[in-house]
Amino acid sequence: MSAGIALVANGFRGFARYLGAVMGADAYAKYLEHHRAAGHQEVPLSEREFWRDRTDRQDSNPQGRCC
Amino acid sequence: MAGVPDQRNNGSRAEGGLATDPDLPPPAVDQALLDAEDRKWTPGKVALWAAIALLGGVAWFMLAIVRGETVNAIWFVFASVCTYLIGYRFYSKVIERYITKPDDRRATPAEYKADGKDYVRTDRNVLFGHHFAAIAGAGPLVGPVIAAQMGYLPGTIWIIIGVVLAGAVQDYLVLFFSMRRGGRSLGQMAREELGVIGGTAALIATLLIMVIIVAILALVVVNALGESPWGVFSVGMTIPIALFMGVYLRYLRPGKVMEVSIIGFVLLMAAIIGGGAVAGTEWGAAFFHLDKVTIAWGLLIYGFIAAILPVWLLLAPRDYLSTFMKIGVIVMLALAIIVVRPEITVPAFSEFASRENGPVLSGALFPFLFVTIACGALSGFHALISSGTTPKLIEKERQTRFIGYGGMLMESFVAIMALVAAISIDRGIYFAMNAPTALTGGTVETAAQWVNSLGLAGVNITPDVLAQTAKDVGEQSIVSRSGGAPTLAVGLAHIMQQFIGGTAMMAFWYHFAIMFEALFILTAVDAGTRVARFMLQDSIGNFVPKFKEASWRPGAWLCTAVMVAAWGAVLLMGVTDPLGGINTLFPLFGIANQLLAAIALAVCLAIVAKRGTFKYLWIVALPLAFAAVVTITASYQKIFSSTPAVGYFANNAAFSKALADGKKEFGTAKSVAAMEAVVRNTAIQGWLSVIFVVLSIIVIVTAVLATVKAFRDRSAGTATTDNEDPALPSRVFAPAGLVPTTAERELATEWGKVPADARLERAGH
Repeated sequence: MSAGIALVANGFRGFARYLGAVMGADAYAKYLEHHRAAGHQEVPLSEREFWRDRTDRQDSNPQGRCC
Repeated sequence: MAGVPDQRNNGSRAEGGLATDPDLPPPAVDQALLDAEDRKWTPGKVALWAAIALLGGVAWFMLAIVRGETVNAIWFVFASVCTYLIGYRFYSKVIERYITKPDDRRATPAEYKADGKDYVRTDRNVLFGHHFAAIAGAGPLVGPVIAAQMGYLPGTIWIIIGVVLAGAVQDYLVLFFSMRRGGRSLGQMAREELGVIGGTAALIATLLIMVIIVAILALVVVNALGESPWGVFSVGMTIPIALFMGVYLRYLRPGKVMEVSIIGFVLLMAAIIGGGAVAGTEWGAAFFHLDKVTIAWGLLIYGFIAAILPVWLLLAPRDYLSTFMKIGVIVMLALAIIVVRPEITVPAFSEFASRENGPVLSGALFPFLFVTIACGALSGFHALISSGTTPKLIEKERQTRFIGYGGMLMESFVAIMALVAAISIDRGIYFAMNAPTALTGGTVETAAQWVNSLGLAGVNITPDVLAQTAKDVGEQSIVSRSGGAPTLAVGLAHIMQQFIGGTAMMAFWYHFAIMFEALFILTAVDAGTRVARFMLQDSIGNFVPKFKEASWRPGAWLCTAVMVAAWGAVLLMGVTDPLGGINTLFPLFGIANQLLAAIALAVCLAIVAKRGTFKYLWIVALPLAFAAVVTITASYQKIFSSTPAVGYFANNAAFSKALADGKKEFGTAKSVAAMEAVVRNTAIQGWLSVIFVVLSIIVIVTAVLATVKAFRDRSAGTATTDNEDPALPSRVFAPAGLVPTTAERELATEWGKVPADARLERAGH
């Protein structure tokens, strides 16, 4: 019984993680990963700075949304 | 692996010389191994594909040949899914093998331009969802509903066959070629491949097409919200909800996207339920009861403000909400249709399939069915997405087939489900809802009388049924609620209440459906206005350089105002049109969308020819020819047809003559002012058709010329110019499709053993 619940919970968590990734919730984590992998010397942007920069760049670089 | 001979490469680039890192496992599965996997038909695999083919065949047989009283909705699901699977497994593989020829040894832009922000390698399954959310919106939910006038079969065939041979091909090719060019836009590719004339025509056409598409999507919202206090309240509430989410993400808890989306979703549900309560009160009903013209003006003002506000405040949070709803709604709709399996009573071909004077959509089946259903079968707008964000996120070249071709199949499935939802309601209700007031008279009595007078088989509707349906869904009236969205909402409410909640929940489900359609459309309106504004700024910037500065406020505001005024004028024209608006304007939407598809396919044709693939050029030429013939025929009829219901200028002439004769009313126009409006509207619509079709013909002709030139160059042995980015070796690996193959799994395991810091080159840029 508890194994079944764990299975459902796992499945739900997986779906939530997927949905989050589709919406771009993991963008900051990916940025940090890139920053680390690329071996940049300067300090990475803080989470707040990153999201600010992200939406501000969209201001001058709009993405289409389809019909 | 670096030295693997590339049999498929026909020598336009020296790819064989791509030196991958010898210290790493190969970044691609050996081509010979891939071929072997493809060609190895185990008995299990044969049985599986035989079963899929058989099930699909039976489903098509049930839909197309067996003519019982009813047909079960489940056959639509089987026919479509089986056809998609076969198209994906076999046809898209042909395209991959002979046209795109992806090479996983090459790094994608997400790898060689990686910046952690715009160019980010993204897991293929996540990117599939992301791309799907960007391409799918209200379009596939509206077109099939309007086309249901002709019966279910023409629409079903076009949606399913069209996507396999045309729509998905376009999306895949544009995505692939844009990826090979560092994620360049369709406009840039058109300029490179077709030269200045073709490129400029493509740019102007794109801009105009965008205006039309935004205007008509807005018209759908206006029609759905007109005289509906509940709808106005709950859709209006999305604005403060989005603003709150924006502030939350900016100042309170940055980056908590999932958290804020869930909060937003809960608030959205509260707004829908609250809308019922508000509309039930006297002041609420009075305050939120707005006529269509007021809503159209509201939308115009909103569109302008939304497009100049910073992205974080309104656009980004609403986009999260819209994505969240999109995935949720589609899963829910699919589940509901599979569980409820409604019986469809609509005939395969209706009485209007062979006529050109249908009340919902005028014009003959060919070509107007094919322009009415654009999104879901072949949508040119997707080319703007496939050459926008997605190519910058692709991890491996071979994944483009799954994301580009597969993503479009998914949208087509949404269109099929929308069609099923719309045709699951009674046909009498369908016609009463979708015919203009000029025909139905606007009341339940006149509407019922008019529908019964059509002499449709099996249709006998009473005023009580129309009144009761309106009451069930919490509206004052459902007569002449054209535009597709309300019909789909009634259909959905009808199916969903059998799944969850019963009749008591119908009003909720109806407004839930209206809400998500409005949400999708408002996001598209917002983003469309912004994109169009930038295109305009860029174009003016060629003459007045100051306009190229995105941060220069006066320029940005002026260009926004111009774009909003452009679509606003078309929207107001549609709202006030005495002929019913959506009936006259929707064909223009479809024509615009498919002309954009023709432009995108024309660019692809030129690229494929320049790569030297002449033998399989038909894969691109076939959908291009079809789109060109359909849209040019439709435009021709819209411009030159002597039937006033079809031809804009014929209508214009008829009304002008009536005015000259001093008539005080004519046809559905009941006053001189209305007659003047018809004259004005038909002239504008007619000239728009002329401009579209001329621009598109220029683009197609330049593409054909580029193709012929490529053929001559090749025969003469002259080198063709290639606009791809230089090939760089890849240092990563990921499987190509949803389920990794054995060889891919083995290679992935090998890559898993490589320490993380050894995988990527340390580039301190």
